[in-house]
Amino acid sequence: MNSFLIISRNPPYGSAAAREALELALACALFDREVAILLLDDAVYQLLPGHNPSAIGQKNLAAMQQSLPLYDVDKIFVCQSSLETRGLVTEALALPVTPVDSQGLKALMREYEAIINV
Amino acid sequence: MSESTLHILNRGPNQPELLQHLLDALSAGDEILLIEDGIYWASEHFAERFQSTQPKVLKADAEARGLTRICGQTVDDADFVELCVNHRRSVSWC
Repeated sequence: MNSFLIISRNPPYGSAAAREALELALACALFDREVAILLLDDAVYQLLPGHNPSAIGQKNLAAMQQSLPLYDVDKIFVCQSSLETRGLVTEALALPVTPVDSQGLKALMREYEAIINV
Repeated sequence: MSESTLHILNRGPNQPELLQHLLDALSAGDEILLIEDGIYWASEHFAERFQSTQPKVLKADAEARGLTRICGQTVDDADFVELCVNHRRSVSWC
């Protein structure tokens, strides 16, 4: 399989899910596979700027996020309704993202060979 | 020690029913403490969910996640302990 869509639904730090989604995206990129990330629901909080998790004993996810473009992972989609439900806008996020509506979601499902929910 | 209850919530808007259960179970004089992923409920967008009982928010968890504009009072770990011992009961909604 050559193209992967990784779907993340969880916020950062409360569980390992956000980190695992990032690791999977970077692994796909290392094997020269086309990869995109789709952030749904509380996963949109992963891209709030200014993480500082040292006081809770966790490693900052921002460094991994910022490395994504270096590995040519530059397709990051966010669910528009998830943003709106949480009072967020794309301009407030730490990386450039493409908002998608329900039509966009359908199109993404058809575009990638493998779709992985992390 | 007061007879009231401390309600602790550690899940975010992915589980909206959990906050609703907490609010339904809340009595006058009870307090709410948001920790871990629960801190996202303290963003301005959700302020109106909490009517008379503004939540307290664990500062380290909010800072970890980059939530800077917080509705409610931030508390540290020592305050967390104090809240627990000053209430007759605590409930963890998780």
